Amino acid sequence: MKNKTNQSNGKVLFSQYNRGDAIKKLSGLSREDVLYELKVSKLKGRGGAGFPTSTKWMLTAAAVSQEKYLICNADEGEPGTFKDRVLLLEHSELVFDGMVVGAYTIGAKKGFVYLRGEYEYMLSSLEDFLETMRNDNLLGESICGIKGFDFDIEIRLGSGAYVCGEETALIESLEGHRGEARNRPPFPVSKGYKGKPTTVNNVETFASVVHIVMKGGEWFQKHGTDKSTGSKLFSVSGDCERPGVYELPWGTKISELLEIIGAKNTKAVQVGGASGICVNKSQFERTLAYEDCSTGGSIMVFNETRNMLHVLKNFMEFFVEESCGQCTPCRIGNTKLLEGVEMLESDEYTFAYINKLKELGKTMQIASKCGLGQSSPNSFLSILENFKDEIFNGRGGKYGK
Amino acid sequence: MENKNGLRAPVSQKPHVVPKPEDTSTIGGTVSIEINDVKYSVPLGTTILEACRENHIHIPTLCHHDDLCIAGVCRLCVVEVTGMRTLQASCAYPITAPIKIKTSTPMVRKARRHIIDLMLSEHHGECYSCVRNNNCELQALAKEYGVDCYNFGHVKESQYEIDDSSYSVVRDMDKCVLCKRCVRTCIDLQEVGVLEAINRGGETMISTFMDKQLADVICINCGQCINRCPTGALHEKDTSDDIWKAIDDHAKHVVIQTAPSPRAAIGEEFGLGAGHSMTYELNTALKRIGFDAVFDTNFTADLTIIEEGTELIIRLYKALIEKDKEVALPQFTSCSPGWVKYLEHFYPEYIPNLSSAKSPQQMFGALIKTFYADKVGVDAKDIVSVAVMPCSAKKFECNRPEMEDSGFKDVDYGLTTREMAKMIKEAGIHLPEMPKTHFDSPFGDASGAGLIFGATGGVMEAAIRTVVEFVTGNKTEDIFEKANILPLRGFEGIKYMEIPIGNNVGPVPDLIKHLVPDWNWLKGAVLKVAVAHGTANAKKIMEDIKRGGKFSECHFIEFMACPGGCIGGGGQPIPTTPEIRKKRAEAIYAEDESLEIRKSHDNPSIKKIYQEFLNEGPCSHLSHKLLHTHYKKRGRYIA
Ligand SMILES: Cc1cc2nc3c(=O)[nH]c(=O)nc-3n(C[C@H](O)[C@H](O)[C@H](O)COP(=O)(O)O)c2cc1C
Ligand code: SF4
Repeated sequence: MKNKTNQSNGKVLFSQYNRGDAIKKLSGLSREDVLYELKVSKLKGRGGAGFPTSTKWMLTAAAVSQEKYLICNADEGEPGTFKDRVLLLEHSELVFDGMVVGAYTIGAKKGFVYLRGEYEYMLSSLEDFLETMRNDNLLGESICGIKGFDFDIEIRLGSGAYVCGEETALIESLEGHRGEARNRPPFPVSKGYKGKPTTVNNVETFASVVHIVMKGGEWFQKHGTDKSTGSKLFSVSGDCERPGVYELPWGTKISELLEIIGAKNTKAVQVGGASGICVNKSQFERTLAYEDCSTGGSIMVFNETRNMLHVLKNFMEFFVEESCGQCTPCRIGNTKLLEGVEMLESDEYTFAYINKLKELGKTMQIASKCGLGQSSPNSFLSILENFKDEIFNGRGGKYGK
Repeated sequence: MENKNGLRAPVSQKPHVVPKPEDTSTIGGTVSIEINDVKYSVPLGTTILEACRENHIHIPTLCHHDDLCIAGVCRLCVVEVTGMRTLQASCAYPITAPIKIKTSTPMVRKARRHIIDLMLSEHHGECYSCVRNNNCELQALAKEYGVDCYNFGHVKESQYEIDDSSYSVVRDMDKCVLCKRCVRTCIDLQEVGVLEAINRGGETMISTFMDKQLADVICINCGQCINRCPTGALHEKDTSDDIWKAIDDHAKHVVIQTAPSPRAAIGEEFGLGAGHSMTYELNTALKRIGFDAVFDTNFTADLTIIEEGTELIIRLYKALIEKDKEVALPQFTSCSPGWVKYLEHFYPEYIPNLSSAKSPQQMFGALIKTFYADKVGVDAKDIVSVAVMPCSAKKFECNRPEMEDSGFKDVDYGLTTREMAKMIKEAGIHLPEMPKTHFDSPFGDASGAGLIFGATGGVMEAAIRTVVEFVTGNKTEDIFEKANILPLRGFEGIKYMEIPIGNNVGPVPDLIKHLVPDWNWLKGAVLKVAVAHGTANAKKIMEDIKRGGKFSECHFIEFMACPGGCIGGGGQPIPTTPEIRKKRAEAIYAEDESLEIRKSHDNPSIKKIYQEFLNEGPCSHLSHKLLHTHYKKRGRYIA
């Protein structure tokens, strides 16, 4: 799938930036200066969970350890996201310079890019890019002449499991183990890779940092909403004329986005990928923002011809396959939800049982061990709620109630 | 061993251990928390589960086990922590800041019920046809949460084939709830690593290397996984039906030997607390069931001490006096069949270090079908020889092809404590109410030295009681108060001890006079010994020996495959926990102290058998034929 990148309207991420500038600027900045600008910017993680980046970096910076690590999460496994690919391919300088800034701030000497297995084709060009950075002293020892600031980046290919995008499973995978989420606490900021303080951030988070360093936190937070500052890359797919990657300020209404991408007769929009929520027409005036419809960037558009039960079934099949299988609610729960969808498909259901499954979904949201199981019931719950007319169609299944 | 903090955790299951402050009275040493609106103060780093247990608040658990590192995967122990969006697994949550916990809110109860429902939906099999009926943690949870229907259905058909290829362990994956206790047992506790989770999502299952049968992988048969399985997914291969058949066959002469550890634990199967020795009650019960004779394995434990001790003296003499470079030292004990197989797989190059002496079970087997058969005038082919053991590996051991030195299978059946309890119950006998009876002649009762074989360090203690007296001519009591060698007791993973022989040596006892002329060569020597229990600890010693470290300087090392030694064996009553192991060991040591004869060489029956039967003495031709064996290089990969 080759999607167009619409960078013309990009006011933040795709604004002007020259390779290496942010790194060069570090010689005049202390760690505290960077943390301060980040705090003012109110930047939140772009990987989905929306954790304040300044807090994460501050915690890692404050952790007492000789050895710290920085990881760029480029696993991009959420169905319907491909914005990290665009950043890595077309704006490697934003990502890598952002990582160098991160390393400077938290005090890491070693960084990893955990690259989605399917992106292997970009490996050599990314390696080349890193080599140029080393040649220009943007990586390596005493970066840009800053004494004692040594940092290098290694790219590792992921194993193709969705759960490996979850930061602790990612770390397990980096350590050479089966990709399974760890118990938290401890959080990676105190015990991450090899048990050392580790910061894990999304590709886009690093790219945003670069602009904050260059233009200031104050400038950054003017974009977007009060709680969701800056802009966001959206990976748009589905029934529309212009699918692709868009940079839009946070706070954009779904209806506005649909307008931009040329979506007609839209019935449903899945915000946030398989683990996100599905909204219907009556909710198109809602905004894309952490405080409203939060997303790591995936927007899937479905028009009137789509069968929402099929859509849901696809998502549930995805989770049944991608659950790492260690914890009970997620391992068995997703299978049960999928079975429920199949019952609905064949009309072999009772409302009582579907209600039981909804309750089960709520348990999965709070009792699963990691974000995968905690978010996998979202589409089940939101589709059954927002498209109940279509799905139940006034019938009550073969059994009437 | 009893300290989980040092455990290497397997994939994804790194225990998060916040070191608890040594002195909780210092500032920051404790944290004030609230559980269900009541205030408590707990040491920093206590998990929520520990805090609740400490304060008698019950939290259901399944994947948690006191012996194992934290997994946090079953999610049954979830609780609400104020301010957190999701529920927290109490087993995996170390308290480092003041928090408010609620353990029984509607949300928590519903989540737990859901989890139980989900497990039941995938659990194939019915309680009344399960070995773990009435002792199953899943069943207990279903009861605790009032499960009266299958909310999310129930599998109707078996999904997996039962793997009963092994002599010892049967895997019935239809009953597996994926708590991974067996995986953690095999990887961390035993460092064998036969079991691991494979696949993902709904396809996840516990499997072996390349999904081979258990008989075809490097399983050491220790059965520790059985002991930690919350359900009936893992159990021993039950041979009790064959034994009933033999008992009912009047042409058969069925004899049984009982090991000390089952006797110290079998009461638990009859509702007694841990730590009640049932030795003599068991004798009565076994006779009533229909066994023709009941013998004490401790008799051959005493014999093992003489044979193995003599072997050690021969090795030392060869090495020190004859300067024979071929002699393998340190000598390793060989009475734990799990350990023997572990060595055969992982350190086959050290097989020469293993004592060639058979285990007490197998020595007895060979004597029963030779010496005893002659004595009572029964044809050995008509004897069925049974052994009650705390151990599942004993089942494998008695089936080793080497173990037919009597001309027949030396021991026909190894029974676990659990199987024995089942047979006794089936016979309508309530064990604790039985009168006491002594063991049958010609072997009679044994010494306390044989008895303490059951606890880690026991073999070594028994050996030293004899060696000290043999070599110095003094009483063990002169050196160790009441002949209790305390440094070798307790549950420290690895124990080490040095025993200086001094300059006063005694005369060589008659029994071994033909082997060494005098003890002068041992004057001033320091005997170095070590003890390890659980193969993870055994591995530590073996790696040290490979590096030429401190343990390579030892003369004699006791290894037991199971944590705690035999009292914690894989055939013992379930549950087995650190606390329970401690009580069982106490029972054994108490019984030892109550006995008059507490040293193997003082046992009159031992003296007699060397006069009447093994009259060429220990390590002689006949003893080698019947009481010693050889081992097999197996390696890590089985073709
Ligand atoms: C199942 C699952 C998959 C995830 N996949 C990704 C991913 O592909 N890329 C990503 O950046 N974050 C992913 N995350 C979120 C990460 O766990 C983590 O929160 C994120 O990398 C933190 O970076 P940020 O603070 O910059 O967003 C995933 C989370 C879960 C639960
Ligand atoms: S929630 Fe799912 S993916 Fe996460 S730990 Fe549990 S089983 Fe694995």
